[in-house]
Amino acid sequence: MSRLPSLSQWPVLRQLRGQDPLGRGAAVKSQATSALRARTADADRVVKSVCPYCAVGCAQNVYVKDGQVVQIEGDPDAPHSRGRLCPKGSATLQLTTGESRERFVLYRPPHGSDWQRMDLQTAMDMVADKFVKTRAEGWEWESEGKRTRRCMSIAALGGATLDNEENYLIKKFLTASGVVQIENQARVCHSSTVVGLGTSFGRGASSTLPGDLQNSDLIVLEGSNMAEAHPVAFQWVMEAKARGATVIHVDPHYSRTSALADMFVPLRAGSDIAFLGGVINHVLSNEADFREYVLAYTNAPTIVGEEFQDVGADGLFSGFDERKRGYDPSSWQYEDAFVAAAAGQRDQEGNIEALAGEDQGRDAEAARGQPKLDPTLQHPRCVWQILKRHYAPYTPEMVERVCGVPQELFAKVCRLFVENSGRERTTAFVHGVGWTQHTVGSQYIRAASVLQLLLGNMGRPGGGVMAMRGHASIQGSSDIPTLFDTLPGYIPMPHAHRHEDLDKFVAGTSARRGFWGNMRDYMVSLLNAWWGAAASAENDYCFDYLPRLTGSHSTYDTVMQQIAGTVKGYFLFGENPAVGSANTRMQRLGMSKLDWLVVRDFSLIESATWWKDGPEIESGEMRSEDIATEVFFFPAAAHIEKDGTFTNTQRMLQWHHKAQEPKDEQRSDLWFIYHLGKRIRERLAGSPDERDRPVLDLTWDYPTQGEQQDPDANAVLAEVNGCNAEGEMLSTYTELKDDGSTSCGCWIYCGCYAEGVNQTARRTPAREQNWTGGEWAWAWPANRRILYNRASADPQGRPWSERKALVWWDEQEKKWTGHDTPDFEADKPPEYRPAPDASGPAAIAGSTPFIMQADGRGWLYAPAGVADGPLPTHYEPQDSPVANSLYPECQRNPAREVYEHENNRYHPDPDEPGADAFPFVVTTYRLTEHFTAGGMSRWTPYLAELQPEFFCEVSPELADERGLQHAGWATLVSARGAVEARVMVTDRMTPLQIAGRTIHQIGLPFHWGANGYARGDSMNELSSMALDPSSHIQEVKALSVDIRPGRRPRGAARLALVSEYRRRAGITAQTGMKP
Amino acid sequence: MSATAGPRASGGEQEANPLNILLESGDPAGSSGYEQHPPRMGFFTDTSLCIGCKACEVACKEWNAVPEDGLNWTGNSHDNSGGLGADTWRHVAFVEQRVAVGEHEPNFQHLPAAGGDGADGFRWLMASDVCKHCTHAACLDVCPTGAIFRTEFGTVVVQQDICNGCGYCVPACPYGVLDKREDDGRIFKCTLCYDRLGAGQEPACAKACPTDSIQFGELDELRARAAGRVEQLQQAGVVQARLYGESPDDGVGGDGAFFLLLDEPEAYGLPPDPIVTTRDLPRMWRNVGLAAGALLAGAVASFAGARR
Repeated sequence: MSRLPSLSQWPVLRQLRGQDPLGRGAAVKSQATSALRARTADADRVVKSVCPYCAVGCAQNVYVKDGQVVQIEGDPDAPHSRGRLCPKGSATLQLTTGESRERFVLYRPPHGSDWQRMDLQTAMDMVADKFVKTRAEGWEWESEGKRTRRCMSIAALGGATLDNEENYLIKKFLTASGVVQIENQARVCHSSTVVGLGTSFGRGASSTLPGDLQNSDLIVLEGSNMAEAHPVAFQWVMEAKARGATVIHVDPHYSRTSALADMFVPLRAGSDIAFLGGVINHVLSNEADFREYVLAYTNAPTIVGEEFQDVGADGLFSGFDERKRGYDPSSWQYEDAFVAAAAGQRDQEGNIEALAGEDQGRDAEAARGQPKLDPTLQHPRCVWQILKRHYAPYTPEMVERVCGVPQELFAKVCRLFVENSGRERTTAFVHGVGWTQHTVGSQYIRAASVLQLLLGNMGRPGGGVMAMRGHASIQGSSDIPTLFDTLPGYIPMPHAHRHEDLDKFVAGTSARRGFWGNMRDYMVSLLNAWWGAAASAENDYCFDYLPRLTGSHSTYDTVMQQIAGTVKGYFLFGENPAVGSANTRMQRLGMSKLDWLVVRDFSLIESATWWKDGPEIESGEMRSEDIATEVFFFPAAAHIEKDGTFTNTQRMLQWHHKAQEPKDEQRSDLWFIYHLGKRIRERLAGSPDERDRPVLDLTWDYPTQGEQQDPDANAVLAEVNGCNAEGEMLSTYTELKDDGSTSCGCWIYCGCYAEGVNQTARRTPAREQNWTGGEWAWAWPANRRILYNRASADPQGRPWSERKALVWWDEQEKKWTGHDTPDFEADKPPEYRPAPDASGPAAIAGSTPFIMQADGRGWLYAPAGVADGPLPTHYEPQDSPVANSLYPECQRNPAREVYEHENNRYHPDPDEPGADAFPFVVTTYRLTEHFTAGGMSRWTPYLAELQPEFFCEVSPELADERGLQHAGWATLVSARGAVEARVMVTDRMTPLQIAGRTIHQIGLPFHWGANGYARGDSMNELSSMALDPSSHIQEVKALSVDIRPGRRPRGAARLALVSEYRRRAGITAQTGMKP
Repeated sequence: MSATAGPRASGGEQEANPLNILLESGDPAGSSGYEQHPPRMGFFTDTSLCIGCKACEVACKEWNAVPEDGLNWTGNSHDNSGGLGADTWRHVAFVEQRVAVGEHEPNFQHLPAAGGDGADGFRWLMASDVCKHCTHAACLDVCPTGAIFRTEFGTVVVQQDICNGCGYCVPACPYGVLDKREDDGRIFKCTLCYDRLGAGQEPACAKACPTDSIQFGELDELRARAAGRVEQLQQAGVVQARLYGESPDDGVGGDGAFFLLLDEPEAYGLPPDPIVTTRDLPRMWRNVGLAAGALLAGAVASFAGARR
């Protein structure tokens, strides 16, 4: 009972006595109102944190009272987010402290029909036991006579929502255990970016930061829905607009991004290479390139070997092997020279082996000399001329025919590109998965890279390629990769070759010139970090402890291996493949063949419950009691419940601090992997088996804190940073040595703990520094914010213009200086020219900015690294109703990866009889209200209510044609599945004229699944597994379907509908398999 | 007065009636009993910057513990919140418009329509609506319990410990903002984050807004800023840009939360000429008084004249 107010507080008296006779304000303010306090003002402490949703990495202030988090909002000090949060970031409080998180471990016994409780320690012991047993059963010392030393029976998926420290320990432990099938969201998301940007420029990460967009004169958003997927980063596009920039949005689907663009260019999903090729052709044909830049900074003048044959009418480059469905890239090399790529296809998959009989890598380079250049650009085999010939067919007329972009509109776009590039003006590309998720995804990125090099936009303020990644730390989970094909810092995972040892590995993967020339330093330091006392020069620093690859072991290959029965155990770390991966049916079928499955997440996602209520249970194809998979669900701690770093899309590592304890049995993934690893080591202790040495010799002893014995994330980050023999923290990767005196868990992160200070925790407010924000947190490499920024100055070291000055050579101080940390050796003068026999960084001239590249130049033409060709070429998507009019004999990417399986059937070629069964193009997209596969939004009421149902967006014309009712239901069918969606008829979807035909496109958001608060069918029931050969990414941005009014059938009738379509389309195991 | 071109949603007449004590001056806090009070605070929502992300809706709910109000896919563009209500204090409207535009006008994208009828201009208007915190607030006028009151910041707040759920305020609001929470019985609406203002912090929605469409500050300063922004847009050829609720001459005396719109208010679902619904009350009561007086006089006259 509340204390009664005193009589003097009676409003009537206050009205009579005070200045408020009518009781409209002061006189009627109640006691409760007077006592109102903002809980942000009353908090015990404010903890610095980072949003757990997308990769913008908005800084968050977390308010704690009595040990509980009471409010989460933006941190206004942050240079990149300025205190703002999108709807998802704004919902972080409900996500983390709301009712929808599981708190206890759940267990499903084999053939069980429901979950049961199991205490945490018992569950951990059981998982450890199973791990040991399954590992032993699936152990492989050799494959086809080559040493592999690995375990193929266990796989893991997930990591993009985890901390760097967590990904580091997961990769470390699983790799030491021999597991190679380690993957995460980065595979299915921006792996194409890593290949495309890495081979073009030297590093596979975004070259710039969203904040740099304010400096752009033209921003081209393509393959991106930035305003919805990255709202807070979009503020920098708005800043650019306020300064007079032009913004173009090119997309099959008119989204909230389009609404804020000056110009919207609708184009056919899957035709961007044709579009970009058209712009490239425009620039080349009109000599509108930034010539001085191109000559000095790109490989335009480099002469290619005479074995190289460009694509002809057959759509093939030289070196195509039909049997292998892939290329031998050796004919693409420079004349009399051999250069290794900085990214993409390196040692893996034996493409180095293709030069059989010769020494590989750097020795090959030494033997074959320096690339030859023709600065007049006239030599018929110089890259410049090859480029011109290659893109000559990409005319405006072709763009109209293939992409559906009218010539007049296309001409405007070309004009804007040219007008906004050069000395005084710069253009930026912003892209997302609209570009990466194609069977030619890596080439999409390459095409944009080529254009930006021609226009001289790389390394310049307001220029670059801004790759917008999607998860809180997906950049981190690529850098410290829970990925099969790389080791930390983009060192390739070793491939099984005969007599593979450290020397051969280094020779095969490093480049003679550039910073990859120091591969040995990075590799030895990594091995030292992992095997410490056991690693020495005598045993190659335990190089042999590493498991080997024998091909692609991507997540989709793993699914096939699950179905085949090879993979028996599976970990899911905050990823939901039953919704988020292509061909969700195959994902579930794979999981149904496992012996055991461990799911770590906040809620019971579809990938955890498919055995109970998935579509195959509903249809009767599978019965729970027949499914033997043992399932463990471990509730995961949230980011506010742990210390650690996320790396955002601008390569910035931000430390987030623990604000409260997790509840009940919730634990962090760091806790999980550390204690699981300890248990496994206990079980293997004393093992005489050589197989177990990597696990037992692993450095695996981190200090722990608190009752729950949480490993200290600081100690893990310190290991990642690296130290010298005296235990002092290193400051830069140039301090790494190959003599065993240094250890470093990830060479590109070296410096994040420089001088023993956690640089990632720095929080210098924006107002105290310049726009690059270099004093906030820490970015790799070496806190450089804009990559290749040496290119913002001319070969003599002077800015190309004052307006676009970024870094320049200070002749007085004899060093590079400027607004950003120079991405160049600080004291290397512009006039430095390497000696002919120079190697490593010393072989890079003072005038070539792309220091990771073997020739220091940006690659217009990629002689290595990209599996399907040195130049981007238009091919149609795997499923397309349109014939490839550029290369009629080659409908699809001839080198793409396909999987033959009755649940992964493809659609007919456009000229085959059944092609009209799937006449409409689907493109998928994100809504700002939801997050990826829905695990962090469909269970969160404040987000779920904003977009409660799965819907499809169709044009009024398509609605008429198919009898679809707005707000009604529609069923969409592909050869893989059938889903239902609410119908949104909207003018925002417009039909396109393609080669004289009307092509309709349907927009589908992909966030829904059967579980949670907001439920619906998953779009990925429709998609197939057809992959880009370099990145192994799936194609979900362009496929074909049929659409019909009404809800879909239930149960077995759903399968019958799909079968009926397959029959009608004449689909067989061979359909869509050839190019 | 600000130099705005284009039609304005105004037109309510000012009763220059000294007895009209319900009509407040342009300093509503000052005339509500606060001798010393901070400058009047408010919102300027520049809808030309809105990306329709609904961070404002969520940030508001998180701060104020507003319940989620159910899963309801409306099919009305991307607006599944429906409108302002007891459980939606910030509401983002989405308006898809296809128009015939000859040349490429700024703020319209060229989106060819099949059939070639020339209607090839398209735009998607997005706007975050909120309680207007009117200068002349009818909800406050009619509230019988004093639950709705004017704060020292000039904002209008419902005191939840006083509100008895009578609901008089609901039909009083010319914008339809106020609403009763069904399972609670009381009336709820935007408080302009009164508690945050007291701590020197900005409202949750303004802080979260990624593009700074929602701007918070001193009302005078916001009005000046808005005038400049409209001018700038007009110069750039966005001829339909106009302010809504900014003018103290309009029917509610100007809003504490006003807007920059790119079309007529009706396009956004806003009333074109909102008038404080208690405007005519003084006159009505005076007429009542006159009528009562006349009746009384007549009664007296009839009884006085009628002697036994």
